[in-house]
Amino acid sequence: MKSTWWKIACVVLLVYTAVGGLLFDVPRLNIVNETIRALYFHVPMWFGMVVMFSLSVFYAIRHLRHPSVESDIFSVAYAYVGLAFGILGIITGMIWANYTWGSPWHGDPKQNAAAIALLVYFAYFILRGSVANDEQRARLSAAYNIFAFVAMIPLLFIIPRMTSSMHPGNGGNPGFNTYDLDSRMRLVFYPSVIGWILLGLWIATLRIRIKLMEEKINEQEDEKNK
Amino acid sequence: MNHLLPLLKKEFSLELKRQSVMAGLGLYLLSMAFIIYFSFSLRQNLITPLVWNALFWITILFTAINTVAKSFIGEKRGLDIYYYSIASPVAILFSKIIYNFLLCLVLAACGYLLFVLLLNNPMHDQVTFMETLALSSFGFSASLTLLSGIASKASNSNILMAVLSFPVVISILLVAVKITKNCMDDLDPSVSYQPLLMLLAIDALVCAVSYLLFPFTWKN
Repeated sequence: MKSTWWKIACVVLLVYTAVGGLLFDVPRLNIVNETIRALYFHVPMWFGMVVMFSLSVFYAIRHLRHPSVESDIFSVAYAYVGLAFGILGIITGMIWANYTWGSPWHGDPKQNAAAIALLVYFAYFILRGSVANDEQRARLSAAYNIFAFVAMIPLLFIIPRMTSSMHPGNGGNPGFNTYDLDSRMRLVFYPSVIGWILLGLWIATLRIRIKLMEEKINEQEDEKNK
Repeated sequence: MNHLLPLLKKEFSLELKRQSVMAGLGLYLLSMAFIIYFSFSLRQNLITPLVWNALFWITILFTAINTVAKSFIGEKRGLDIYYYSIASPVAILFSKIIYNFLLCLVLAACGYLLFVLLLNNPMHDQVTFMETLALSSFGFSASLTLLSGIASKASNSNILMAVLSFPVVISILLVAVKITKNCMDDLDPSVSYQPLLMLLAIDALVCAVSYLLFPFTWKN
């Protein structure tokens, strides 16, 4: 991950998303109108969040199997970035809902599920804050990370599908599939998803590198003090 | 696994010996029901089935959190090391889950009786409702037992217990509220089969994950 090509790709894709997302032609739909452009900025946040949280859980599992400081650092960094994506996703969604649904918080099942998903990861960081022993903190938070992720699966992917929702893609509301014929939107949407995910990975790798360096410095100081 | 029965017996005999804990939980439930009763005392007609449903499940949720929290939090220091040396973590986990399940179920049934006694009884389909109570009690005890094990290792564990458990049990709670609503509306039991099955699936999921993760939270 130290090569620079994917960072350049990330910048190029996001510049393209910003320009194309705001300027290119979009289909005209009632009520939604120009807010359909939120597809390029709001939906990729959730893609990014799910990818980041999955990576976080992946490293949590790895930590439980082969405990190491590195896997804990990786897991936390991805959880942080995933949380940032989630908060941005909620905010962009609220801005969008304000114009199409009439109020920022509409009590829609998808909105509520997203809010609960964020609560889980807030709780994760509170748990990390309240365990003093480093090794124990890493192990307990890894266990909670996996547990919460699994418990979230029915919440995020099953229950919202059992209830009706006003969110695009549910109950007759136009969703992404309606735009299947409109390849213009896909032309911007897919690059934007990749771009945002790459940006998330970039931020996470920066955090990881800082933490690894701090760890190294701590070790050296420990040796000096011996 | 053959340690399961002695451990389960130990939980029960310990509980019968320190009756104050049990009595405390019962009183907790009673006071909560009374608070609700007094808050609505002059406005019995305000307790529509929907309000009843919400109040009932909030009461059950908090009672369950308090009941299960004590399974690891507040145990004497060093006791876990002793358990660790004599039994497998899986046996300990399952003895606690089964024990907590029975306790939660009894408390939930008591809660239902209190609500019927003090408020009213909007329930039409008792059988389905009892099934919901049993399945959600099991779900609560399976998920909260693991979380109690995690929270007991941290400082300010009581606050942490509530914070950690709320997002996790909410899916159980949502399904349970939905089925209860069906029972109140006197719908045919077959309507509730799908959500009941879903509750069962969530229970199985939570139980399996607890089984996999508990050994890691256990060792010191």
